[in-house]
Amino acid sequence: MLDATLTMKLRQIVGEKHFRDDKEARVAHSYDGTPMLQSLPDGVIYPGSTDEVSAIMKALSEYGVPVVSRGSGSNLCGGTVPVEGGVVMVMHRMNRLLEVDLENLTATVQPGMITAAFTAHVEALGLFYPPDPSSMKISTIGGNIAECSGGLRGLKYGTTKDYVIGLEAVLASGEVIRTGGKLMKDVAGYDLTKLLVGSEGTLAVITEATLKLVPPPASKKTMLAMFKDLYGAARTVSRIIEMRIIPATLEFMDNPTIRVVDDFAKLGLPLDMEAILLIEQDGDPETVERDIERIREICEAEKADRIDVAETREQAEKLLTARRSAFTALARLRPTTILEDATVPRSRIADMVLRINDIAQKYGVSIATFGHAGDGNLHPTATTDARDKEEIHRVEQAFEEIFEAAIELGGTITGEHGVGLVKAPFLEWKVGPAGIAVMRGIKQVFDPQNLLNPGKMFAKETRKRVVIDRG
Amino acid sequence: MAETNAHTHIQNKPAIDHANPLARTLHAKLDYDQLTNCMRCGFCLPACPTFRETGVEPESPRGRIALMKAVADGLMDPDQAFQDQMNHCLGCRACEPVCPADVKYGQLIEQARDAIEDHAEHSAPVSGLRKLIFKGVFPHRSRLRLLGKSIAFYQKSGLRSLARGSGVMKLLPKSVREMERILPDASGQGVIERLGTVYPAKGEPIARVALFRGCVMDVLFAETNVNTVKLLSEAGFEVVIPREQACCGALHAHAGEMEQARDLARRNLEAFKDAGISYIVSNAGGCGALLVEYDHLLSEDPAYREPAREFSDRVIDVSRLLVERGRLPSFADEEANAANPVTITYQDSCHLRNVMRSSDAPRQLMKQVANVTFTEMCEADRCCGSAGIYNITQPEMAGQVLEHKMENARDTQARYLLTSNPGCLLQMKLGVEKHGNGSPMEVKHVVDFLYERIAGGGTSGKP
Ligand SMILES: Cc1cc2nc3c(=O)[nH]c(=O)nc-3n(C[C@H](O)[C@H](O)[C@H](O)COP(=O)(O)OP(=O)(O)OC[C@H]3O[C@@H](n4cnc5c(N)ncnc54)[C@H](O)[C@@H]3O)c2cc1C
Ligand code: SF4
Ligand code: SF4
Repeated sequence: MLDATLTMKLRQIVGEKHFRDDKEARVAHSYDGTPMLQSLPDGVIYPGSTDEVSAIMKALSEYGVPVVSRGSGSNLCGGTVPVEGGVVMVMHRMNRLLEVDLENLTATVQPGMITAAFTAHVEALGLFYPPDPSSMKISTIGGNIAECSGGLRGLKYGTTKDYVIGLEAVLASGEVIRTGGKLMKDVAGYDLTKLLVGSEGTLAVITEATLKLVPPPASKKTMLAMFKDLYGAARTVSRIIEMRIIPATLEFMDNPTIRVVDDFAKLGLPLDMEAILLIEQDGDPETVERDIERIREICEAEKADRIDVAETREQAEKLLTARRSAFTALARLRPTTILEDATVPRSRIADMVLRINDIAQKYGVSIATFGHAGDGNLHPTATTDARDKEEIHRVEQAFEEIFEAAIELGGTITGEHGVGLVKAPFLEWKVGPAGIAVMRGIKQVFDPQNLLNPGKMFAKETRKRVVIDRG
Repeated sequence: MAETNAHTHIQNKPAIDHANPLARTLHAKLDYDQLTNCMRCGFCLPACPTFRETGVEPESPRGRIALMKAVADGLMDPDQAFQDQMNHCLGCRACEPVCPADVKYGQLIEQARDAIEDHAEHSAPVSGLRKLIFKGVFPHRSRLRLLGKSIAFYQKSGLRSLARGSGVMKLLPKSVREMERILPDASGQGVIERLGTVYPAKGEPIARVALFRGCVMDVLFAETNVNTVKLLSEAGFEVVIPREQACCGALHAHAGEMEQARDLARRNLEAFKDAGISYIVSNAGGCGALLVEYDHLLSEDPAYREPAREFSDRVIDVSRLLVERGRLPSFADEEANAANPVTITYQDSCHLRNVMRSSDAPRQLMKQVANVTFTEMCEADRCCGSAGIYNITQPEMAGQVLEHKMENARDTQARYLLTSNPGCLLQMKLGVEKHGNGSPMEVKHVVDFLYERIAGGGTSGKP
């Protein structure tokens, strides 16, 4: 329960309609896209402006009440589950595109704008914003920034962090800071812009972002390479990069993924293949032709069983859509779908895929793997049932071992989904005790009372590392 | 602040002994597997009209499922706000085709409403009216027919103008008054009275099919039923119209009167049992959608489970049957010509699109008419806000949705706005009347539009 004077203050700031503490609102903001997590907030607030956010933060810090900033709640790391109660601050009302600056090629946008709406808008102006998480039809720009989301185009164009050049953000105290600007270069002090990108709502509430736009590629070509040998497919990924070709998209799907995606999207994908690579190159037409040809040769050398080049844009779009629905389509297999995003240097993709399979077998759990193979970012996805505690325990053990394997291969526990609640116990595995200490120090400066998304990023206890049994 | 906030691992349907009787019923009726299958990815949010209008999570499919689950889990009581939220859903089911996890939202909302209805304490007049409508009228052809006659009498006798002039209408809620104005002329003569129970095919019969005539359809849109039969005949189908068929039960099911819906379903299974037909043709998306789900509706009934599955497998929308199996006559708008074509557009029937999964077939048919330009309306796939009796029970939300719809309709500059379901048709008429600013846009059922445009006046069925 929130203090009655505080609720009165909050209502005064945003208006009656935009603060709620009834059961319905609390239940509907108790979860996000992460399986098996739920916790009720004490209230839900919908600010309409930076000034309101600032006033809200002043009030909340006065009363020591935690706050969870929320976009669409589509994250997969428990990032918006209010584990310590407090107030969920939904950014949907702040959803305006403030400016597209055609001279500087930048756009300034409020955090609640839906990613796909933003992309559609800039594309209509003949410009291009490359970050394209599979959830772009629902996710917000603010959520993308706070998670540093990636997408199918990450390999060549980078991820959200490469496009955020300026931010306005409200600190826990209610003070407003501005970082960066419409600047392609800026070394005035520490790079706070980059620090806030990927900060998962733990350092500040982002209230405005200036994003870099680029000219769109002149042409695109999409192809599918299908392999009966999984290792061959994974090796192809490494070979392409080794040959110094950087495709716009280089995605991987294994057999269980192919099956469900095809069942969902009805694309007539070959169901007897062990793996499919979805490859897209863009740029000027000659380069695209040449690269696609060279990639075809590599695929052939690695014994691809079938190679299809999409004839039309619609055909290509369909294939991309199929990949985008991979995660949710997997959910048709079993009631619960747990997806992780262990990432390795891309030369180690093949090793990682095999390790995942071994681990799944060892624990007797089914794990389908797909992902942004070109980035080394795999999504091993367990299909299971939250009601079967014993099986869930095995799934958890398997994932721990997968994290361990990723780190051993020089990788990380999460490539784009964030640490949140779910991976907090493993963060230290990746960054070490000294790394954690520095991060905690930063957190302390931004948010001394620990009000911004508490419980996320830093776990009370680090998980003991599993000893990998290579018997 | 800590009571609820140890983050919970969600588990089996908890064996909770709910103190609240409605909570107990919900707990029993809601399909917990479906509740668990929702993985809260949020992909359904942009498809949902009520989320779009309000932008708040409880008004979204994901939110509503979470509320249902919270009740089943004993995390919240099914208070008034919960019940209102369940009723706020349009039941358009746009959330289903976009859901990659294949959550059967339509079944969940029906189960929730069914439970709520079990405990509803309607005020005396409302409960009387519900009883009259659901028990007293819809299940009975003769009474419905009589009602049709009295509506027709009311409309034709001058009573209507008397009522309108006298201010009696003002006593009714605004939404009902608005509907009254756009009701088409009712007819006491249904399709059987006009065509008999068997209508031959033009040329060599492709198949013998049965018309599901519907209840509202056959009173307010008897002409459309007649045109459907004739169009099917032109396309090579022999049409039978089993006399004993009843209302489909959709209005009952959507309003939570599940037992009555099941009774009607069983009556229809009997009525079509011996008709010797390959297809059961529906020309109303709302009815067809329930007919294709009779298998689910009667899945717990051992005597009818199997017949229901066979029945559902045969149900098809008229457009789809025409496109996939028919010998189509050629269609042309003879008032227009190729140089000056007439523009038409289409509003999907939600249930036809999202449940019967037919959105291409009607469009393909419309595009075949000569001298006609088909212009796709922006967001044609979004609910028009009619949704059964939604525009009477939730006038505010329905009004907002309709206003947006009419903006899009206006942008097409179409002369004809076509649709495939009586509810949508009435709603679109209401829209044109309220927001059309005197536009000449005419609203029609696809079948009527096509039948009236059979080249050569409808006798040229090409064998
Ligand atoms: C089906 C599916 C596919 C996905 N595909 C991808 C993918 O391809 N790539 C990828 O990277 N991710 C993917 N995700 C994960 C998720 O969609 C992204 O993390 C997305 O950026 C979250 O956006 P959101 O608006 O839903 O944010 P939320 O989930 O609401 O919030 C995410 C985090 O951001 C914080 N936050 C939100 N708004 C603000 C703000 N204004 N200021 C400060 N902090 C804020 C929250 O506190 C939280 O920590 C996918 C998720 C799903 C369900
Ligand atoms: S799309 Fe389906 S699984 Fe995802 S939140 Fe909506 S109902 Fe749940
Ligand atoms: S049925 Fe329609 S209104 Fe109801 S939740 Fe689904 S999309 Fe929204």
